[in-house]
Amino acid sequence: MLSAFFKGLGTTFKYLFKKPVTVEYPEVKRPVHERFRGRHQLQRFANGMERCIGCSLCAAACPADAILVVPAENNPEKPNSPGERFAARYEINMLRCIYCGYCEDACPTNAIVLEHQYELSFYDRKSSIYDKSMLLVPVDKGHGDIPPVLQQLDRRPSPPAQIDL
Amino acid sequence: MEFWIDILILLVRCLVLALAATTLFAYFTLFERRLLGRFQNRIGPNRAGHIPLPGGKKLFGGFLQPAADAVKLFFKEDVIPEKADKWVYLIAPGFAVIPALIIWVGIPLGNWPDGQGSNWLHYAPIDVGILYLLAVTSVGVYGIAIAGWASNNKYSMIGGVRASAQVISYELALGLSILAVVMQNGTFRTEEIVAGQNIIWNIVPQFLAFVIFLVASTAEVVRSPFDLVEAEQELVGGYNTEYGSMKFALFFMSEYIKLVAMNAIAVALFLGGGNFPGIDTLVAAIRTSNGDTIAYAVQGALTLGAFLLKTTVLSFISVWVRASVPRVRYDQLMNLGWKILMPLALFNVVLTAVIGVIFPEGGLVIHIAMFVIGAVVIGITSVVAAPKRAKRSVTMVSNNASN
Repeated sequence: MLSAFFKGLGTTFKYLFKKPVTVEYPEVKRPVHERFRGRHQLQRFANGMERCIGCSLCAAACPADAILVVPAENNPEKPNSPGERFAARYEINMLRCIYCGYCEDACPTNAIVLEHQYELSFYDRKSSIYDKSMLLVPVDKGHGDIPPVLQQLDRRPSPPAQIDL
Repeated sequence: MEFWIDILILLVRCLVLALAATTLFAYFTLFERRLLGRFQNRIGPNRAGHIPLPGGKKLFGGFLQPAADAVKLFFKEDVIPEKADKWVYLIAPGFAVIPALIIWVGIPLGNWPDGQGSNWLHYAPIDVGILYLLAVTSVGVYGIAIAGWASNNKYSMIGGVRASAQVISYELALGLSILAVVMQNGTFRTEEIVAGQNIIWNIVPQFLAFVIFLVASTAEVVRSPFDLVEAEQELVGGYNTEYGSMKFALFFMSEYIKLVAMNAIAVALFLGGGNFPGIDTLVAAIRTSNGDTIAYAVQGALTLGAFLLKTTVLSFISVWVRASVPRVRYDQLMNLGWKILMPLALFNVVLTAVIGVIFPEGGLVIHIAMFVIGAVVIGITSVVAAPKRAKRSVTMVSNNASN
């Protein structure tokens, strides 16, 4: 009876001198996995053009109906994106989103990507809607060249399902 | 005029003691939470307040946590259940907390002579100080019992009933273990018991009583592993299920103050109170060089320090046990109290009496012999009284029979 008691005491005493496993969150953040699905980002090409061509395939793929895309024709003098159209409005409701990543899969230009940011708390429902200005990466953060198929401006309808970028 | 000044001094002293006890409670909770954290491989509360050090380091992270908790509890909504027995319900927290606070006047917290034959650090040097301590510690259970009754909630009531049954069971062992100390020192006055441990602390001759006292006092203050009274898994919160806000805080406070007070009583009775090797020589040296007043003050500070140090060690053990041992079952609790602790305590009383009669002058050899006897008895008991494990037999059934 007593030996079991002291054995228990010994075990806890050993833990007293171990380093706590606690991660002190706001100061220390554990790195997420490479394929972690967090908040979305709208990517750009290396020359600063938006990758999103307003095709709405992400909205169609979304099982939670969280995405709203309103496409518009590009101005030929000053295009927002390669191809004919771009997303005039692009909104994601973060309260609806289930972070499944289907939008990533559906996107033909790899414009929408679920990134590693996961601190998404807000105080009211209106703040849950992230619009294009919040989702779009800065102009200098683009990558990749525009594929030739998107440069054929007179070609309709829109490009094939998936382009390897 | 003289009379009123005395009253005023007394009031101030009592205020200081009450505030000290509540502060002690507040910081004991922090001490416990930080320690429990470390025992469980966590950090514990370290956010509310810190002392910044150069180089970005932080000292005493979380030392304002008790204040934050208190503010939170103050501002919580105060609810009285509709079907509760209102006045009894409201009075119960007071019933619990007042005994916890007034225990402290009976404990000699050190020795600071005021030059007129009394001691600043011992508020009430009563002739039957031990009886006072025993009485007051067990009165506190009324608060728990009537809280359980008045809440008009079955969980609360089971908690309250369990509390009274438990305290009655352990009161006997507790009283008997203290009785042996009283016989050892030949006095009921706490300050004389402390003074009698000048050379050898009572833990040596009364080791058995010390162990019994530690176990029984843990049960007496319904603390883990004997916290069936508020067993969360079975009874929600036990007797305090229906209490919130400051009323809950009072129960919480009474529980912790009582725990620390029990540890303080253990220090006074078994670990020599404010005695510590070297204090006497130091104080004598100061007296010859600086005079009486300063010597008294230094003695007071040192003995109080020694007392608090020993209390902290015992409190650490309380937290350690809480972190290690799971809660006992109700029948195990009753078994331990009635079938093990009480006979052991009775044996100890007989042993002390016999040895006191045969060797009236005591001495180190006798004390050590008693220590050895106590340790051996505990060892034997732990082997003999260990719960029997039922023999398990496995009967193999052949599969062929069914096919």
